[in-house]
Amino acid sequence: MADDLIYLPAARLAELLGSGEISSVGLVQACLARTKAVDGRVKAFNSCDEAGALALAQASDQRRAAGQARGPLDGIPVGFKDVIAVAGQPLTCSSKILADFISPYDATVTEKLKAAGAIPFGRLNMDEFAMGSSTENSAFGPTANPWDLSRVPGGSSGGSAAAVAAGEMPVSLGSDTGGSIRQPAALCGVVGLKPTYGLVSRYGLAAYASSLDQIGTMARTVEDAALVLGTIAGHDPRDSTSFKAEVPDYRAELGRRKGPWRLGVPKEFFGAGLDPEVGAAVRAAIEHYRKAGCEIREVSLPLAAEYAIAVYYLIATAEASSNLARYDGVRYGHRSTKAKDAVDLYFQSRAEGFGDEVKRRIILGTHVLSSGYYDAYYLRAQKVRSLIRNEFTTVLRDCDALLSPTSPTAAFKLGEKSSDPLAMYLTDIYTISVNLAGLPGISVPCGFTGGGLPIGLQMIGRPFDEAGLLAIARHYERAHAWHTKHPLLS
Amino acid sequence: MKYEAVIGLEVHVQLRTASKMFTRVAAGYGEPENTLVDPVVLALPGALPVMNKEALDKIIKAGLILGCEIAAVCKWDRKNYFYPDSPKNYQISQYDQPICVGGAVEIELPGAARNIMGEHKKIPLTRIHLEEDVGKLNHGASDSLVDYNRAGTPLMEIVTDPALASADEAYALLTSLRTALVQGDISDCDMEKGQMRCDANISIRPVGETKLGTKVELKNLNSISFVRDGIAHEIRRQIAVKESGGTIVQETRDFDGQTGTSQSLRSKEMAHDYRYFPDPDLMPVKVDEAWKAAIRAAIPEHHFDRQRRFMADYQLPYTITSVLVPERALADYFEATARLGSAPQAAGNWIANDLLRELAAAKLSLAESKIQPAHIAGLVKLVESGVISNSIAKEVFVTMFQSGEMPDVIVERSGLKQSTDTGELEKWVSAAIAANPRAVAEFKTGNEKALNAIKGAVMKASAGKANPKLVDELTRKLIG
Repeated sequence: MADDLIYLPAARLAELLGSGEISSVGLVQACLARTKAVDGRVKAFNSCDEAGALALAQASDQRRAAGQARGPLDGIPVGFKDVIAVAGQPLTCSSKILADFISPYDATVTEKLKAAGAIPFGRLNMDEFAMGSSTENSAFGPTANPWDLSRVPGGSSGGSAAAVAAGEMPVSLGSDTGGSIRQPAALCGVVGLKPTYGLVSRYGLAAYASSLDQIGTMARTVEDAALVLGTIAGHDPRDSTSFKAEVPDYRAELGRRKGPWRLGVPKEFFGAGLDPEVGAAVRAAIEHYRKAGCEIREVSLPLAAEYAIAVYYLIATAEASSNLARYDGVRYGHRSTKAKDAVDLYFQSRAEGFGDEVKRRIILGTHVLSSGYYDAYYLRAQKVRSLIRNEFTTVLRDCDALLSPTSPTAAFKLGEKSSDPLAMYLTDIYTISVNLAGLPGISVPCGFTGGGLPIGLQMIGRPFDEAGLLAIARHYERAHAWHTKHPLLS
Repeated sequence: MKYEAVIGLEVHVQLRTASKMFTRVAAGYGEPENTLVDPVVLALPGALPVMNKEALDKIIKAGLILGCEIAAVCKWDRKNYFYPDSPKNYQISQYDQPICVGGAVEIELPGAARNIMGEHKKIPLTRIHLEEDVGKLNHGASDSLVDYNRAGTPLMEIVTDPALASADEAYALLTSLRTALVQGDISDCDMEKGQMRCDANISIRPVGETKLGTKVELKNLNSISFVRDGIAHEIRRQIAVKESGGTIVQETRDFDGQTGTSQSLRSKEMAHDYRYFPDPDLMPVKVDEAWKAAIRAAIPEHHFDRQRRFMADYQLPYTITSVLVPERALADYFEATARLGSAPQAAGNWIANDLLRELAAAKLSLAESKIQPAHIAGLVKLVESGVISNSIAKEVFVTMFQSGEMPDVIVERSGLKQSTDTGELEKWVSAAIAANPRAVAEFKTGNEKALNAIKGAVMKASAGKANPKLVDELTRKLIG
């Protein structure tokens, strides 16, 4: 049974659970077996809570037997990026500084998923503190791309994407600050949804850049992404940046919104640096919509294209330098044994606990905020960020969504860019401005390179119009079979 | 050369709120270490701050009491620095847009004598902003322990202009500020519990000079008296440095109130770069007119206004008002008594002297007093209408303090009514005259005071019930 289950979408698993054809315990066992079989090579997981997951699965089966199933996610295992708090489970952020940290509390998304009966299965690898685009910046070693184990899965939510792509998890949670859900989803051939900033509570998400971070989901299908989003979205009084909006039934909305749509294609997202194979696949996807009667219009986002990366690395690093100050070895986390006094404790613990990329961004952010530079860097960056947001607002006035590549290339080789931070930063060139503008974005599989590597199509929607964005994405997915292809992992 | 001092104060005041500034955990004092904590207070990964509206209400109220402009938007910034008592290693504070701007603290300087009102002055404020308190370090011989119970308590920082000229003015400012904030229900301002803390910036300059001198910041002034002593000491120190040809160094000094000495903590070169930036976890909060109006409606009368009114409307002496007014409940108690038709001066005397004395002796608070305004009013009426004498009234007061019975009940039961029966009075007076021939003789030679001995004997014989006025008349008549 196990091998039949591992690539089924969550919505289909829910049907099988509902009809009694499978049990949650059986499903969790199948995931455990798959993880044991492949994760030695993929290394998507930092840890699994085998006993906890089985106990929750048993409880789910009992609920169902008593006619008290809580909904479609009841009994479905979910992988958590190791940056989202689950009470009693490790919360390492793939960092040495939190290597032994166990969260005493649940994130709001965790509470919501648990209330829906979903099972927090394990902790997924990532770039340390979500800083990176390849999952190579993990203190516990890189995750491999299931389609080619010599390549990166993307990042920072590389484990979340790889686990779904490798059949270890039906769905997973990730976080996206500059493309960290969409880019690995594209590189691993799965669906990756980053919601509008403020739609999903950040309470319990270890912060990287507070004004950009957003929790989202990786899934095999758009419908599964809608299912998870509907469960985790909604206003949270514990997050002041959480938006007071009604949460529609995204899954039901998929069937109601049929188009045709007006779709924009930002010309700057097809320029130099875009791999021709990726460009061709994305243009073919655009043709799908044109043939379906959608109005395709070329639009221009000159500021986003020119300044997004610079603005991002000023704002994100500034916020990070402050957000990561709490990791000091005083209350929890790694504490150096070499410290001579209180101040030295900070220096030593942080020097030993943080990896190079994290240190690089803390130093950059500290500089950006320092006296005499604040106006030139941080304040200027915030102003340009507003201009970029305005640029998107203007374009989206006449478009229901924008279409572009998710990433300029398919998965690159492990180690290929790890010594060149700037080259690594450029892999987020099409995703980063979406975070700056706070908009929803989704990546769906739209083909393969000649070498058999997945390609992602990015769609950018209007604020809080996830229902519309998911419907547009679903329209493409239904007409194509990319999402039904799976890596061989042989 | 003559020098004058220029002093500015930074006063930190904890707001009395049910919960902490950015989380639902209770704010409190004296609890076991690290029990008033949660993921937000401990800065666990993923924890987020949420603003406590009660704290914003209270600082707006404080600002309105002190006549500040209230900003239209409450904006939050992060102040970044590493210290073990700061869980996040940044403090959420307000940098360039404090919630309150301007305003003033009215102060009263010491008068020429205890019963003479001193000069009043208004000391302008620069700003008041809201932030969160830090934890507490407890240093041991070989290690230091951190208690985060205090961390995250709402804290307001009140900054005065450099407009104080002496240690006495600083003392007066803190006294008045404390009264205003306690009466406004904003803080308990207990300096021993760290609910009110003060740093002082002090410089001196030759009299007549308009440029400010180099300032020294004095820290750890943990009582109002230490603030006065510390400032006085620092002014003397700076003058001594100048007069011996030295220069004042810009620095932070630590004042030890026990020894009355200070020592340098750090110089300006070691100043922090706090890297302030707007806190991305907190949205700015709009403060509209309706919000302010609702708070303004709940503001009590300012203690100095009330004192002036008590002196004008009730003709109370300054000394009585300065006892009644600083404690809002006591002043309310007095006004309740006066509203019952009691003669205000008599009521004021009973409350400010007798009631407070008895409460202190019994170690009771005003709220615990069995004597209510109606008791005082009743007592004053009994004396006024001549039913009992003042000295009997003192006895009645003690009884009613203990039992809580109304004064007329006590008087009736114990038969304490003044005697106005002339037959009975004549008997007592005649006996007293007979027993004091020397006093009679002296009175006859014109010594008015000699009469007191006879009247005293009458009061003694009557157990205080004789009406003093009738006794006086009768004595004069009988000596005749």
